[in-house]
Amino acid sequence: MSMIVSSIGQGLLWATLGVALFLTFRILDFPDMTVEGTFPLGAAVAVTLIAHGMNPILASALAFVAGAVTGLVTGLLYTKGKVPILLAGILVMTACLSINLRIMGGSSNVSLLGKTTIFSNHFLESLPKYFDSVYVGFIVIAVITVLLVLFLQTNLGQAFIVTGDNRVMARSIGINTDNMTIMGLMVSNGIIGLGGALIAQNNGYADVSMGIGIIVIALASIIIGEVVFGELTLNQRLVAVTLGSILYQFVRLLVLQLGFNTNDMNLLSAIILAICLMLPQFSKALHLNHVLQKGVAKYDAD
Amino acid sequence: MTQTKTPLLALHNIVTTFNAGTPNEVTILNQLNLDVYEGDFVTVLGSNGAGKSTLFNTISGDLPVTSGTITLKEHDITHASVEKRTAFLARVFQDPKMGTAPRMTVAENLLLASQRGQRRTLRLRHLKSNLAHFKELTATMNNGLSERLNTATENLSGGQRQALSFLMATEQRPDLLLLDEHTAALDPKTSEELMHQTNLHVTEQQLTCLMITHHLDDALKYGNRLIVLDQGKVKFDVRGQAKAELTKDKLLSFFDTIE
Repeated sequence: MSMIVSSIGQGLLWATLGVALFLTFRILDFPDMTVEGTFPLGAAVAVTLIAHGMNPILASALAFVAGAVTGLVTGLLYTKGKVPILLAGILVMTACLSINLRIMGGSSNVSLLGKTTIFSNHFLESLPKYFDSVYVGFIVIAVITVLLVLFLQTNLGQAFIVTGDNRVMARSIGINTDNMTIMGLMVSNGIIGLGGALIAQNNGYADVSMGIGIIVIALASIIIGEVVFGELTLNQRLVAVTLGSILYQFVRLLVLQLGFNTNDMNLLSAIILAICLMLPQFSKALHLNHVLQKGVAKYDAD
Repeated sequence: MTQTKTPLLALHNIVTTFNAGTPNEVTILNQLNLDVYEGDFVTVLGSNGAGKSTLFNTISGDLPVTSGTITLKEHDITHASVEKRTAFLARVFQDPKMGTAPRMTVAENLLLASQRGQRRTLRLRHLKSNLAHFKELTATMNNGLSERLNTATENLSGGQRQALSFLMATEQRPDLLLLDEHTAALDPKTSEELMHQTNLHVTEQQLTCLMITHHLDDALKYGNRLIVLDQGKVKFDVRGQAKAELTKDKLLSFFDTIE
């Protein structure tokens, strides 16, 4: 039972990554590799600041800012520097490796043992084991999701969506697509930085290598959500990402129960994601229903 | 007539050169001059490579000019960005896929286009309160578009998509409308219907419009002015009565002289 609660808590915390990546991967329609750098960056910033005695909420907010600045760099490389987006992301991600070590004072792992984190208050500590991450994770992802849903319903949010849908048309009606792209990368990486800060506080440490493979986990929550829930509106799809993230943690739990260990997880995550991505092809070959395929490919709005 | 007024759009000695300074240097627009007046409906003819699309891309700002000036309502816009120019300029592309956002609905596309050239803010978009207006607007196209306001545009027919693109370009009245062979990708019947609707809208709203076409019949039938581009210059320019009296034979024999 406690393993299931723990999985739900982890699913909620990791859902921040899925929702953030949804903005770039599904709406702007490109894969942003920067996230593998901003995730440990957010962790490094928050943990270092907390270790120096800063308020954990303020430290987490600064992790968001650090992530957003990193997204800005990728955005400028891509839009103004005309560097292909995949390469721009890889460049910034690589640069982050050095920056993270600088922030953490040269050590590859900084512990939060004995420090006050977001999780150390009387109310959360009075909850049964693992319920603290469910509680914090739920509040954070609910706030982020509601803010994003509202944002996407604004004129600016619509301009952001159309930028990913048809750049030529967006420009022809006066939308500055470069600015929209930069904004999307900043918000997305800001949320990833925040996610890194929360997960590091939940784990009790920041590690420079904690970003490895996280883009696959984030993509898996998006795609599992789409495959399981089929055709949805844009708003429903945002919620489906969180559910997909929880389902992913269940699969992870199952796999660990089967006797694999955490070192195998990156391989297994990649395999799970590959299978989900190929599902439309399988379903075509096996004449399964069309819903699977459509669920992955599109969204309707209200 | 209108010539005594100052032109709405004035292109002065426009030169557009590609690959300047390399062995592949090619000059498309070559000292082109063109004045467009308020209310002009100009059909633009010319063989492939004459510079028709380059002319449109130059006016819209997608292509920088090598030299020359572009003036709109006496403001120099030679170096204004594409986004800035959309405040006064709307465009319908030849490719039905280019003018609409495929995964967004017809109503969402119309709402986005109704703010052409304006600053996008964090105000809620108010889609529902616009639906009645959009229904009325799309009904004018007579092609079933009004029944599909909540359909993603990728599921529309090519004709419906182009009709939508046209409405999106004109719902917020542009000072200047550019139609880039907007019926060329459609079957003859749909194409004719859209041309008919285009003419009605342009005339009713008294739009100033440039329309590229390869159909001599359309070029003669519609508009109050006809120009022919050749080798990057305006080689032929008739308006009003002279345009009305122009025949296909005369036009064809003119084309023979420039070949």
